[in-house]
Amino acid sequence: MPGITREEVAHLARLSRLELKSEELDHFAEQLNDIVDAVARVSEIAAEDVPPTSHPLPLTNVMRADEVRPSLRPDEVLAAAPAAEEQRFRVPQILGED
Amino acid sequence: MADLIRYTAAETAKAISSGEVSAVEVAQAHLDRINAVDEKVHAFLHVDTDGALEAARAVDAKRAAGEELGPLAGVPLALKDVFTTKGIPTTAGSKMLEGWRPPYDATLTRRLKEAGVVILGKTNMDEFAMGSSTENSAYGPTGNPWDLSRIPGGSGGGSAAALAAYEAPLAIGTDTGGSIRQPGAVTGTVGVKPTYGSVSRYGLIAFSSSLDQGGPCARTVLDAALLHEAIAGYDPMDSTSINAPVPAVVAAARQADVKGMRVGVVKEFGGEGYQAGVMQRFHESVELLRSLGAEIVEISCPSFTYALPAYYLIAPSECSSNLARFDAMRYGLRVGDNGERSAEDVTALTREAGFGPEVKRRIMLGTYALSSGYYDAYYGSAQKVRTLITRDFDRAFGDVDVLISPTTPTTAFPIGERADDPMAMYLADLCTIPSNLAGNAAMSVPCGLAPEDNLPVGLQIIAPALADDRLYRVGAAVEAALNEKWGHSLLEEAPAL
Repeated sequence: MPGITREEVAHLARLSRLELKSEELDHFAEQLNDIVDAVARVSEIAAEDVPPTSHPLPLTNVMRADEVRPSLRPDEVLAAAPAAEEQRFRVPQILGED
Repeated sequence: MADLIRYTAAETAKAISSGEVSAVEVAQAHLDRINAVDEKVHAFLHVDTDGALEAARAVDAKRAAGEELGPLAGVPLALKDVFTTKGIPTTAGSKMLEGWRPPYDATLTRRLKEAGVVILGKTNMDEFAMGSSTENSAYGPTGNPWDLSRIPGGSGGGSAAALAAYEAPLAIGTDTGGSIRQPGAVTGTVGVKPTYGSVSRYGLIAFSSSLDQGGPCARTVLDAALLHEAIAGYDPMDSTSINAPVPAVVAAARQADVKGMRVGVVKEFGGEGYQAGVMQRFHESVELLRSLGAEIVEISCPSFTYALPAYYLIAPSECSSNLARFDAMRYGLRVGDNGERSAEDVTALTREAGFGPEVKRRIMLGTYALSSGYYDAYYGSAQKVRTLITRDFDRAFGDVDVLISPTTPTTAFPIGERADDPMAMYLADLCTIPSNLAGNAAMSVPCGLAPEDNLPVGLQIIAPALADDRLYRVGAAVEAALNEKWGHSLLEEAPAL
């Protein structure tokens, strides 16, 4: 397996929405390498014919009736919002300005 | 008056229902204890004095009105800060949620309140339950009441320490890879991971959804059973909740009899990396069970040696997805919103500021394991190992009623010793992880002190899914025999705080 480089950590951080500091990149690269080295062992016994298990319970598509139920009031939901306006979450710009 | 903080939960409930003491007196005794010792222990992140006394007054009023009280009415409890509590701060040990007051109660919180349990406050934990020492809390570490310079285990170190420090007779933990059992083992207390799906996850802040399970922590096996019955049961708000009757765990704890049971000793757990004193107490426990009438057989579960690597792929993968919800938009921390930056930049700046190193490591490890090109080798292989581990358990439980092992390879290590060495830290969960991957039930019960350091050792008992009652039969039998041998419970030997 290829080692995890500083550049790869920077890429993972971008995918993970983590604005890592420069000194964190080297530290995490070293630690993630150690961890990946250790966990790569799983492939030793993961034979072709073994089915994967994603979950301990054999459940699929647990549904409930599609009906209106009581829920939280808007002011309760927005009470913890970093910013709110007109009963909505106020967020930073999501599209670039022209 | 007797020392109320030393009562078991069962004794406390009885004393309240008989009128020997009031629930308010019990709550106040524990709040006083917290005031006296928690500066040293730091088991609590938030103490809800007003809420606790109000809940206690409600129990006393019910009794005065002649209403029947439940089996835990008026008993104080320490709640891991990963379950939502309406209007009460809930942080999951993270700066990301500092000051957050959830608008709703977790199902578990609601059940506790309905049972008349008095919630004293929220306990310290590794950030988002990721860790084995509680050192990853953004709010500072918790001390082990046996030796405050040592870790109380993790992630639920606060809950276990609260029990061992007599700050509460009951506590709640969550167990994703051992976070109830390992703290129980290193603090000389009882911790149970119920069958996956038997305790609702609604309102439990998610770390790894296919592994997370809430469960009871207590100083005695019977108390854990009483709490187990109060919190378990089907919940339509959790799509992975099992719609099946809760095993009769209280009756099993009272039965406390292992005659004729077949007990399997997991061959793979022992040897290199295991502390001599831990193995000594474990082997004594095996002989004890034999003397109590259990039939002992050695069982090999060869894939268990791959459980740790599989876990450290599956749990981070699920965590990288679950923690994407902390985006600085709807609740929790937001930093860097200067009117110029994009939402995406604000999210990344907030996550950098709000998450600690272990959470960042796991998010990136999970992102790596799930990325195209690596998915099959890492996450895919780990899922196959999960199948093999489940098969090993199925084969074992075709032959024996329960499996046993040490709960942890070592006793409590010094705070700081493994803090920046993730792989060393992960080894603390070596024996506990297989049960999370398979979704079955497991308990840690105290089995003595390691001779070399006089620190508690835990015996792990594992039962098939939905056979949680077997844990309590075996755990209570071990507890009763050891208490008789010692003339007191293990915690009596803990130094005064």
